[in-house]
Amino acid sequence: MSILLIAEHDNQTLNPGTLNALTAAQQIGGDITVLVAGSGCAAVADDAAKAAGVSNVLLADNPVYDKALAENLAALVVEQAAGFSHILAPAGTTGKDLMPRVAALLDVGQISEITAVESADTFKRPIYAGNAIATVQSLDEVKVITVRASAFDAAATEGSSAIVNAITTACDAGTSAFVSEEMAKSDRPDLASARVIISGGRGMGTGENFALLDSVADKLGAAIGASRAAVDAGFVSNDLQVGQTGKIVAPELYIAVGISGAIQHLAGMKESKVIVAINKDEEAPIFQIADYGLVADLFQALPELAEKL
Amino acid sequence: MKVLVSVKRVIDYNVKVRVKADNTDVDLANVKMALNPFCEIAVEEAIRLKEAGIASEVVVASIGPKAVQEQLRTALALGADRAIQIECDDLPEPLNVAKLLARVVEAEQPGLTILGKQSIDVDNNQTGQMLAALTGRPQGTFASEVKVEGEKAMVTREVDCGLKTVELVLPAIVTTDLRLNEPRYAKLPDIMKAKRKPLEVKTPADLSVELKQHSRLLKVETPASRQAGIKVDSVDALVDKLKNEAKVI
Repeated sequence: MSILLIAEHDNQTLNPGTLNALTAAQQIGGDITVLVAGSGCAAVADDAAKAAGVSNVLLADNPVYDKALAENLAALVVEQAAGFSHILAPAGTTGKDLMPRVAALLDVGQISEITAVESADTFKRPIYAGNAIATVQSLDEVKVITVRASAFDAAATEGSSAIVNAITTACDAGTSAFVSEEMAKSDRPDLASARVIISGGRGMGTGENFALLDSVADKLGAAIGASRAAVDAGFVSNDLQVGQTGKIVAPELYIAVGISGAIQHLAGMKESKVIVAINKDEEAPIFQIADYGLVADLFQALPELAEKL
Repeated sequence: MKVLVSVKRVIDYNVKVRVKADNTDVDLANVKMALNPFCEIAVEEAIRLKEAGIASEVVVASIGPKAVQEQLRTALALGADRAIQIECDDLPEPLNVAKLLARVVEAEQPGLTILGKQSIDVDNNQTGQMLAALTGRPQGTFASEVKVEGEKAMVTREVDCGLKTVELVLPAIVTTDLRLNEPRYAKLPDIMKAKRKPLEVKTPADLSVELKQHSRLLKVETPASRQAGIKVDSVDALVDKLKNEAKVI
């Protein structure tokens, strides 16, 4: 078996999700080649070459691969696909955008967001917003797979010294172009890789009140998240959303503040190792899955928590 | 410009999903079904394009047994002009759906094809991207804003760390995210009128598509449930538990 793993990155550093997908690749077994496609992304290829279990790195460094336009990237992946039994990518928005396009061009199906590897062709994946877990066997010659990063530990960043081979072809479909991006800037850790996350829900009342979470997050080095209700109410932007239609996270500690615990939110955080819920409604469903529940007014509990940490 | 929307009949999002006792699948017998929420957003976006004078006609397609006509009628009541059902006994896998839709795209030549980003049953998030691949068209996935400007569409996409805007040469494929719009409700007179709007039924054979199996569903299980922990009575007790029992801070 031979696996092609598509790296997710920002042309400077490897996105942590790639290392989680690398663990899934190791569990499938076989030679692992990482494809780093971007513009001015040689440093990413060097990082990928060191990651545990990587035997080859392909570097496609060309302006047409900047900003990961699916039309161009898919053509590149298909061009490089010969000989690989599996093509994997982390199931971030880049992988979700790209991989079905790759699969269709190869005339094979895709297994989306796997959470466990049963064998080289059989995988577990959540369906119905995580309310059921399906075991699915791929019948295709080439298995195209996206990997839910939070379900796998990150592979070690050191341990290999793979050779980086440059790809010089430029696949440009010419049908799409990057215009602009608005990336949320934050000094806090990324939601996807944070050890601790503190999230606010509708109970926060206003966007300004999210500042109460900041003081606790500062003490814990935590990332800040939000429920869909808080995002829909306009308190915070959508990139903070934790849940089935937002980010799926599994930190060591998840603190849910003013979040009732809708199924959609639970689907995004119930794999967290320790869950704390702070809510004034003692009947809130979030308490049914929390390891530690505190029935309290968040406007008193949060400042007190910040002070006592 | 013609706009094609593809919709899926799925379990109503308010219904609690139960796994069958024999673990072969989830139990959908006598369960309320509805238009997939992301597909509803796709229909709404198409109708808004028509209301804005950008779309000339909205065609809605769905794949599945006769029951999917119910969802097609819903889309017609919301404002789509005509519907196409592609009759299949059960719901085919995404690549098969994309192949069937590619034939519809070929016949209808829509300037824009809009789909939901994923269905809330199998959560695959594949069909739109696959359709784009098969038709060789550019894709704007997880859209939170779509602006048609002449021969191009500017699509703002919801990505992991914020928003990304791309410019697509039409014809193009767009998949919807939650914040693209808020779908309207169908009015009673429109529901009545929808019954008389044209609905054409085709088969995969009519479209010369052979359905192929790409995966096998071996088992469906209920996820391990998490046990409720304890309630603490103060912030002090919480900090103590996190430090000394859970040892996470």
